[in-house]
Amino acid sequence: MSNLGTDRVKRGMAEMQKGGVIMDVVNAEQAKIAEDAGAVAVMALERVPSDIRAAGGVARMADPTIVEEVMNAVSIPVMAKARIGHIVEARVLEAMGVDYIDESEVLTPADEEYHLLKNEYTVPFVCGCRNIGEAARRIGEGASMLRTKGEPGTGNIVEAVRHMREVQTQIRQLVHMSKDEVMTFARDHGAPYEVLLDIKERGRLPVVNFAAGGVATPADAALMMQLGADGVFVGSGIFKSDNPANFAKSIVEATTHYQDYELIGKVSKGMGTAMKGLEIGTIAPEQRMQDRGW
Amino acid sequence: MLKIGVLGLQGAIEEHIRSIEATGAEGIIIKKKEQLDEVDGLILPGGESTTMRRLIDQYDFFEALVSFGERGKPIFGTCAGLILLANDIVGQDDAHLKLMNMKVQRNAFGRQKDSFEAKLDIKGVAEQFEAVFIRAPYIAEVGNDVEVLATYNDSIVAAKQGSLLCSSFHPELTDDHRLTAYFVNMVEQSKQEVVS
Repeated sequence: MSNLGTDRVKRGMAEMQKGGVIMDVVNAEQAKIAEDAGAVAVMALERVPSDIRAAGGVARMADPTIVEEVMNAVSIPVMAKARIGHIVEARVLEAMGVDYIDESEVLTPADEEYHLLKNEYTVPFVCGCRNIGEAARRIGEGASMLRTKGEPGTGNIVEAVRHMREVQTQIRQLVHMSKDEVMTFARDHGAPYEVLLDIKERGRLPVVNFAAGGVATPADAALMMQLGADGVFVGSGIFKSDNPANFAKSIVEATTHYQDYELIGKVSKGMGTAMKGLEIGTIAPEQRMQDRGW
Repeated sequence: MLKIGVLGLQGAIEEHIRSIEATGAEGIIIKKKEQLDEVDGLILPGGESTTMRRLIDQYDFFEALVSFGERGKPIFGTCAGLILLANDIVGQDDAHLKLMNMKVQRNAFGRQKDSFEAKLDIKGVAEQFEAVFIRAPYIAEVGNDVEVLATYNDSIVAAKQGSLLCSSFHPELTDDHRLTAYFVNMVEQSKQEVVS
């Protein structure tokens, strides 16, 4: 007798990715570069976030041909993005055998009110969060992995740092709180009470939490690891740099040895130019991806 | 106190440390090859085997790991760790550490949506062990010197060869520490043999 899609199997899959780098790719060739550089998984997309930002319009699930092409090209796990609340995109990706689905604010939300009920799926989900309330809501819906939202496609780490710090600070508050204060904390943060109790008891989130949204250099990746990330997603940072293979390899090394500054210095040398990047203040409020979802 | 290392390049490292500590031994995360001299036994954790192999080469761990195994120091490989130990990998020209006389099939049960939990009997270790399989490999063939410890639907999922132990599943993801305790005991015995 065996059980498919249990919490342990879904959360465990993310545990195996810890200390690793997950890279956005748009075709088989990029997927192979990522795998060769030591990525623990790839995210198959039609366009990387910075191109989505530049193109405007509605961003949807990638063409299944691209996802399939990537799945056939590599032996590491393949993730893909579905729009927030888009039940059918998620079910299609699940049916295709994608290893993890990102219910992602990088795509245009399909539902501005409700996120997917992720515990009904066999495939595990990763979701973005900016604070403990959002993290706990997503866990409550069945997310098996979290990541900071950051501000995707900007190459600017400031928002990911803000979100990681916020989550860590609030976990510490919760852990040190007396139990009779938790319900009020739940009300104030719009967070499910039971999930908060679980976090309090463990002293950490019950699922892995990666950094995402603005990682552009090896030093950025190492910074996020120091702030408590379990691993790193790199979106536009790799294939928008002028030497992707080099960038990919260097970011993997910096993530593994995030406290070895000599090594980070060494891998950062003559690496080529990082993606150009965007100042957050220049992004119109309605263009901010992190405000999608709740 | 017995010291057991967990190769700390990538994967479920802290979970193994927790499991080792639950059995009463000391768990040490191994990030540099010199640290291998400090430990009595080593766990190769689950993670992505291709990623781990890259990092093993990059940090010059390869020879040190092979020599650790060849000197008879116990190694326990789980999931990706099992793949690293094998002599032969189905569909690949080359394998990794080549310490165990067996041929493994990667992602043998399918993709993530086919990942599962099942109760297993592990010979000489535990009955009804809660085994968590995640994109797991299985052992397709074993040599004469390899003892099969557990099967799932006729596929080999745990085995032992002298001081080397491996499982397709993840004992570190549950609170059932019996398999880890079995390995800790192997380490203890090997240490006594060295002393005597």
